[in-house]
Amino acid sequence: MMHFLATYGTQLIAKTGQHLYISAAALALGVIVAVPLGILLTRMKHGANFVITLAGVLQTIPAMALLAMMIPIFGIGSTPAIVALFIYSLLPILRNTYLGMQGVSPTVRDAAKGMGMTWWQMMIQAEIPLAAPVIMAGIRLSATYVIAWATLASYIGAGGLGDFIFNGLNLYRSDLILGGSIPVILLALLVDYLLGKVEVAVTPRQLR
Amino acid sequence: MLLSMEHLRKEYPNGKIAVDDFNLQVGRGEFIAFIGTSGSGKTTTMRMINRMLKQTSGTIKINDKDISKMDPVKLRRSIGYVIQNIGLMPHMTIQENIEMVPKLLGWSKEKRAEQAHKMIELAQLPDDMLQRYPGELSGGQQQRIGVVRALAADQEIILMDEPFGALDPITRESLQDLVKHLQEDLGKTFIFVTHDMDEALHLATKVVIMSQGKQVQVDTPENILRHPANDFVTNLIGEERLIRAQPNILSVSQIMLKNPVSITPDKTVDDAIELMHDRRVDTLLVTDDAGVLQGYVDLEDINRITDPHTAVGDFTNRQVFFVKADSLIGDTVDRILKQGVKNVPVVDKDKHLVGIVTRTALVDIVYDALRGAPEANEEPASPINADIHAAATHDEGGEIPQ
Repeated sequence: MMHFLATYGTQLIAKTGQHLYISAAALALGVIVAVPLGILLTRMKHGANFVITLAGVLQTIPAMALLAMMIPIFGIGSTPAIVALFIYSLLPILRNTYLGMQGVSPTVRDAAKGMGMTWWQMMIQAEIPLAAPVIMAGIRLSATYVIAWATLASYIGAGGLGDFIFNGLNLYRSDLILGGSIPVILLALLVDYLLGKVEVAVTPRQLR
Repeated sequence: MLLSMEHLRKEYPNGKIAVDDFNLQVGRGEFIAFIGTSGSGKTTTMRMINRMLKQTSGTIKINDKDISKMDPVKLRRSIGYVIQNIGLMPHMTIQENIEMVPKLLGWSKEKRAEQAHKMIELAQLPDDMLQRYPGELSGGQQQRIGVVRALAADQEIILMDEPFGALDPITRESLQDLVKHLQEDLGKTFIFVTHDMDEALHLATKVVIMSQGKQVQVDTPENILRHPANDFVTNLIGEERLIRAQPNILSVSQIMLKNPVSITPDKTVDDAIELMHDRRVDTLLVTDDAGVLQGYVDLEDINRITDPHTAVGDFTNRQVFFVKADSLIGDTVDRILKQGVKNVPVVDKDKHLVGIVTRTALVDIVYDALRGAPEANEEPASPINADIHAAATHDEGGEIPQ
């Protein structure tokens, strides 16, 4: 192990950085798109089911196929990988945002409106804080998915820890396979743990 | 008028008419209770006042200003709002909850905090509760906060939608006392939706009975108990409650017999005997020429008189027990029954004789009231009764000055 680290240490750090960059970028895009979209869906009478089903369909496309499909559009490198992973991250965030917002009790909404909150104040001061734990759970789930699937991104030249694993497979070198997959596992666990902390932090005290 | 509602109508797109030609004038400091079965339109009507719903036609004015021309957000901030399921924000502390509307109105932090302390005191809850979260409080405590939150920005009108429906009877009663206090002592105006008739009768200055979107009766609790408009109202109040309420709403004048047999003091014993014979009574009430009650004579007294020309006035019993015509039966029944007399004369405020109450009529009413409420069948122990009796005699009976 020391030998592995001595030989590949620098590379490992660089690949982990790439891996994190791809995952974080995809997840950030997912949050930026899916959270507002999820909130918007709760304001619409129709269409919510359609949009969530569509996100579900996107989710069922095999990862390799989706990544490959990105090449004709975005070429190779990190951009197509980020776009593909972003598509995967959508469903859990979208679904949880929608459910979280729907789950805010009508009583609270009625009281907030009846006391004179504007549409915007209701959302910022009442609904989003109350839906935050559920939304956060969706983001957390997406984060672990994205980190795991980012491994495949190396196939389309995006780099990341997948490079170790695929090299290991090609060269029949188990140290490279393990040297790539163990950090991915650790990374996923670490991010999940940290986001779990965030989830607790955004949960109102009495709802914990 | 603080609040005026004219020809309100609410019709839903599916053709269902929720409220039909609703009219109501509400003065400052009134406590209006909307009562009716579910689907009677009472909540719908209330929600139109703060524009949570928009009427199909008709106008609502607050201080003569048409609310449909006001900004709904501003309007709602000026009206207190309390709902059944409390509606406190679970993610905010009690203090943040109370300060909600003041904050929306842009009050300074200091002024808001001061108000929060004032409000928690008004709710009769400890000051340190301000830092707690709603989930840490009992249902009754939460609704106390819900009530004072509705007053935190000095709102004049407070709307309440079945606010105590989910609470146990004891907690409910203490909250009823709280809102009654707010109305009576702070002069707040309440519009209160309930389906609990006891609550409506206990709290309201005016009860609005609704059925199928229409007002069935609008009146004070006393008048509704006294004159239910129709069978629907009677049913809603309940036969039992009406009977039980009788002693407390009927006045003596409503059950007395008019035209009692009376005689003036200058008549003779002969005249008295003849009158008794004609009217088949054994007691005559003695009044002067102006009709003021002087006393009574009965057959035994007359028996003792040997001279048939003696004037009635010479042997009149001036020790006579009487009741006033406008007093409530509930207040006088004990006194009358404990006197042990068959009949009690009824006088107006100038002691003019206006009628007579028979023991039988009274007993009927009391009996009905007791039968209507078997659990209230707790007669006080007799020594206490004796006290009441003594006090009563002192109070209203006694010698009549000549």
